[in-house]
Amino acid sequence: MSVLYALLFYIAATIFFVGVGYKIRQYWRTPAPLKIPTTPAPVTGSGVALRIAREVVLFESLFKSNKWIWLFGFLFHFGLFLVTIRHLRYFIEEVPSFIIFMQPFGIVGGGMMVIGLLGLWARRFLVERIRYITNPSDHLILALLLMIGLSGLIMKFVSHTDIVMLKQYILGLIGFNIHQLPTDGPLLIHLLLVAVLMMIFPVSKLLHAPGLFFSPTRNQIDNPREQRHTAPWTRDLDKL
Amino acid sequence: MADFQTPEFRQYPAIPNELVEGATAHLSPFVAKPNHQEQLGFPGELVDNWEEKAIEKMGDLLSKYRSLRVYMDACVKCGSCTDKCHYFQGTSDPKNMPVARQDLMRSVYRRYFTFAGKYFPKLVGARDLTREVLDEWYSYFHQCSQCRRCSVFCPYGIDTAEISMAAREIMDSIGYGQKYCNEILGKLQTIGNNLGLPGKALKATLEEFAEEIEEDTGLPVKIPLDQKGADILLITPSADFFAEPHIDGLMGYAKVFHEAGVSWTLSSYASEAANFSMFIGSYSNMKVVAERIRKAALDLGVKRIVVGECGHAWRVAYSFWNSVAGIGSGGDDPYAQQLQKQLDHSYPIPQHICEFTHDLLEKGQLRFDKSVNDSRTVTFHDSCNVARGTRMGNYPGGQFDIPRALIKASCNHYVEMDQDSIKEKTYCCGGGGGLLTDDLMEIRVKGALPRMEALDEVVKDHGVTNLAAICAICKAQFAKILPYYKFPMDMIVSTHQLVGEALVMKGSIQEKDLDEEEG
Repeated sequence: MSVLYALLFYIAATIFFVGVGYKIRQYWRTPAPLKIPTTPAPVTGSGVALRIAREVVLFESLFKSNKWIWLFGFLFHFGLFLVTIRHLRYFIEEVPSFIIFMQPFGIVGGGMMVIGLLGLWARRFLVERIRYITNPSDHLILALLLMIGLSGLIMKFVSHTDIVMLKQYILGLIGFNIHQLPTDGPLLIHLLLVAVLMMIFPVSKLLHAPGLFFSPTRNQIDNPREQRHTAPWTRDLDKL
Repeated sequence: MADFQTPEFRQYPAIPNELVEGATAHLSPFVAKPNHQEQLGFPGELVDNWEEKAIEKMGDLLSKYRSLRVYMDACVKCGSCTDKCHYFQGTSDPKNMPVARQDLMRSVYRRYFTFAGKYFPKLVGARDLTREVLDEWYSYFHQCSQCRRCSVFCPYGIDTAEISMAAREIMDSIGYGQKYCNEILGKLQTIGNNLGLPGKALKATLEEFAEEIEEDTGLPVKIPLDQKGADILLITPSADFFAEPHIDGLMGYAKVFHEAGVSWTLSSYASEAANFSMFIGSYSNMKVVAERIRKAALDLGVKRIVVGECGHAWRVAYSFWNSVAGIGSGGDDPYAQQLQKQLDHSYPIPQHICEFTHDLLEKGQLRFDKSVNDSRTVTFHDSCNVARGTRMGNYPGGQFDIPRALIKASCNHYVEMDQDSIKEKTYCCGGGGGLLTDDLMEIRVKGALPRMEALDEVVKDHGVTNLAAICAICKAQFAKILPYYKFPMDMIVSTHQLVGEALVMKGSIQEKDLDEEEG
């Protein structure tokens, strides 16, 4: 089992990093030949950085649009953020005091995640418009995330796993050194689903995460009159 | 009047509609004829291997436009945009929800360009590009006015306009273009304006308008054409030469220019601000059209370029002219330099007519008699392209404040419509994006519903008599559809009509009268 999961994670990590790296490179290299920020838009670079930061941290546009989606979306993502910080303890030999301080918040985050996901999922059944635009994959991704969250919470509140052993295993993996993995059911499920999540990341709508940073309506400076904005393929069309 | 029902005003417009599947599936604009297509460099009719060619074109656009590339991937189907489109609100057709409109293309993208769509099409809603899908594209990508309201509310800024532009570009490239846009673009590229109005006729028309102003004011106001050495080249939509209330706006600009004491001119070679190439997503055609303006500016030797009241034209001018034709500032390449070294960069290039007038207003160079407009209570319709695709003045949001400042300087009675229907949340008039054609009247009337509801509210609560706009398409659309909603068609006015009527020009009859009145 230890070797099997090690293989699984090496494959998942490879797919994740190569896949997401490939997509980011593709977004980066595709030119944006015209200025299309959704205005009113910032007129300076720092203004744009702030606009993106507000979108990433606060979901500003979503807040303008729909308070329910915002609430559940924010609960889920902020919960996930707290949970991620809590999990850093498995990846760092000497756990810094900040991460120790954040441990209880990570548990709250787990609850927020699950509530947020349930809310988002409920909308896919209850709201006619959202039911119409939902594909099977949208349900599956929610199910996957929810099961990751629940299996995690089970390990906290119902059946503990040997986290010292787990930490050894994970640190071992990072150093290409396979240690013994605890074989509790919830843990194996939890890890398997996380690996699946990593593998589908570059081929699914999870690409919204890197995508936001490359969205021209959000990341462009509103200065088309002051500066000439072109792309290599458009410059080739300029004929004196 | 028509074979469809004008929608009823909703009691609670904020509550989204129940879906009515296929409600406007029957709406498709006339298909372009071979000569309309070919003059723009597109195949005359649907090519034999259209599926292969369409996918090839999609791949080409995906590699040229980051917007398309990212927006095809990024949507999480959160539903934020689903109730934001005026066409959805007016028709209840689920395919008019922005995400569903995008999905018409996204489903094909997934099938041909993604791992998940190639191997698990059912799971991710991927579809082959069949004839049915193509026809659905033709129908619903011509029920989008590219107003970008959805992009304001999308957490990733996904802009359906970018996708409908790409879809139309793909359809054009396989010989399945829209008659209205492509026929007009042909006229523009051969004659110089959307109307196909030749220089001679234009000259005669402008002389008539000048005479009318002279009769009214007693001043020899001119509307010059092709005047070499003038300081300012005015590029305005050709609707300003023939349609109401557009003409009154043009006369307003002429009065302001006269009062400012500047030398200005129109060009018969570039007698059109509109550039429908944006609607069909064609960079190459947009460049051809903008280069007529570049050439006119070079030939006439002007120092400044001012743009008249037109929404999409202002987007093209403000956001795209510098990119496609070097009309702007800051270009350091020889192509841009050729024009830019001739221009006076102490002014914005291009400058909106509202910015021009507003500058004079700020400097106290304009005198107004607001009481002329006392019979009116005015509200302002933010044009979608101006509001969400451009700016005026030197700070974000100037595009909202500057036209309002002009109206308030000209009128005593001004009222705002509902907050969710103005400024960045403004609704399209219903006729933008290449939909201003009689064969799409049903979608135009239905798409105007949210704007008409907001208007109805201020008519009832505040006795609003006039709706002012700064867009040729908005003006033409409202003149046509206001009667469907039982409003008088002459409610719609040009912003510079209000300005022109209240302006008290030095040495005019109005000045004399006013001075006598004030003793």
